[in-house]
Amino acid sequence: MSGFDIDAIRSDFPALRQEVRGKQLIYLDSAATALKPQVVIDAVRQVYEHNCGNIHRAVHLPSQRATQGYEGTRKQVQAFLGAAKPSEIIFTSGTTQSINMVAQCHGRANLGAGDKVLITGLEHHSNIVPWQMICEEMGAQLVVAEIDDDGDVPLERIEAQLKAGGVKIVAFAHVSNALGTVLPAKEICAMARSHGAISVVDGAQAVPHMAPNVVDLGCDFYVFSGHKLFAPTGTGVLYGRFDVLGAMPPYQGGGDMIRSVSFEKTTYAELPNRLEAGTPNIAGVIGMGAALTYLGGLDMAAMQAHEEDLFRYTDESLRSIAGLRRVGTAKHSMGALSFFLDCAHPHDIGTIVDTEGVALRTGHHCAQPVMKAFGIPATARASLAFYNCRADVDALLASVRTVQEMFS
Amino acid sequence: MNSDLRELYQEVILDHSKAPRNFRFPEGANREAQGDNPLCGDNLTVKLILEGDAIVDIGFQGSGCAISQAAASTMTEMVKGMKLEDINAIFENYHAVVMGEAEVDEDLLGKLAVFAGVSEFPMRVKCATLSWHTMQHAIANDGDVVTTE
Ligand SMILES: Cc1ncc(COP(=O)(O)O)c(C=O)c1O
Repeated sequence: MSGFDIDAIRSDFPALRQEVRGKQLIYLDSAATALKPQVVIDAVRQVYEHNCGNIHRAVHLPSQRATQGYEGTRKQVQAFLGAAKPSEIIFTSGTTQSINMVAQCHGRANLGAGDKVLITGLEHHSNIVPWQMICEEMGAQLVVAEIDDDGDVPLERIEAQLKAGGVKIVAFAHVSNALGTVLPAKEICAMARSHGAISVVDGAQAVPHMAPNVVDLGCDFYVFSGHKLFAPTGTGVLYGRFDVLGAMPPYQGGGDMIRSVSFEKTTYAELPNRLEAGTPNIAGVIGMGAALTYLGGLDMAAMQAHEEDLFRYTDESLRSIAGLRRVGTAKHSMGALSFFLDCAHPHDIGTIVDTEGVALRTGHHCAQPVMKAFGIPATARASLAFYNCRADVDALLASVRTVQEMFS
Repeated sequence: MNSDLRELYQEVILDHSKAPRNFRFPEGANREAQGDNPLCGDNLTVKLILEGDAIVDIGFQGSGCAISQAAASTMTEMVKGMKLEDINAIFENYHAVVMGEAEVDEDLLGKLAVFAGVSEFPMRVKCATLSWHTMQHAIANDGDVVTTE
């Protein structure tokens, strides 16, 4: 494939060069956490070896370098998301914290008794529970646009909930982690806005496969985790449209988020510092910058073509196995493919393929309502990143056949 | 095929998982408990008849992986008609064996020795012990749902 040298790409990821249980590692669990390219690992080490200082605080050189690296990543994320200003980018510990911040800060200031928060039936627990918590506290109601048999969320279902009135916040996954379903984020955000609701897009599973443009999407908030974007764990992003983000009360009080403090009164700093209390994950954020630089060096169109081809190949390969059922068959899907076998429980599949070196995720994928909608306790899930190749899928297939032989 | 794997999925385990014994609730059960493994969605209910200090009948229903189904099946077969103190002695060794902390005591475990292979797969220990924990709760009858977390 022109512009996309898969062997060169794979050699950038040291974790792929290892054996597990005596077999070459086949990593098909990038939706849980993505592998890191060597440049990210080096960037983190570089921080601790040479640029170890706290940010925004001292005049010494290591602190200055750390600050530059940290703030440099903010600009990179701004560019990656197409955001209007760097101050619309808040660093968090991950998607979970980002969503909790919006729920606790924006939700608390804007939700009242009888108001509604609308989510979809596809959501990860981290886009359900924070809303449940704030709704309960504010006397608001959580309503759901359910999924259909393909694991898609028909726009009519979202519209119907909005038309019923009272929805203040619409929170939904751009791409489902359990099924791979891609939701039409732009249409949903427009619908939300036309009904006077703000939109919160959980982009955790979208950003590893595309660069979303938040202005084009028309969303109010967009959140994701660094570790699924080939960056270190413990990093995440909360993008908020300046007006909405600026109106949010602080999440935590502490250092770095103030303008002045006295025992009588504290005044808060401007965005973004107001929402980043305390010493953040400096090395992690700088590592995220290295990941974005790495991604920026890839031919995005060629990468997406490679991923689409691989997704189709995986889907067709899985479907060719008798006794295997795919779960989540929405027309527009990417990244994750869920399935189960008639003969074996997903947990057994996971253990058996692991002994062949194949890393799959099995279970409910932090999306129990999705499992319930399909009437199953769990699935096995293969999830793809651009460093995967057809040979990985062939290894998966061979190991699934081993499971079938064992349980036949 | 990997030898650890063959150790784990022995004939006995496959057989019990495909055709679980005592997969029913005993008539007149006076103790019951429900167990969940939130990690993988396994759940099962154990019901039993406790008379004095012995289990005179026991059964289970639920869904789960081969290891958890086989563990529940072999457990019910084993403990039926047994005194609680003997059951506890078995579980003590069984638990230590699947955790990789003790050798199999053949006299105690009998057929349950096949679960020794679980010790090579730490992520599966909970599958092998869920039914036992659930049974213990049923005996104590404190009404709580057992979870492996
Ligand atoms: C769609 C989606 N939302 C949210 C999360 C939570 O992300 P994190 O655990 O990194 O906070 C995940 C991670 O699995 C996810 O896939």
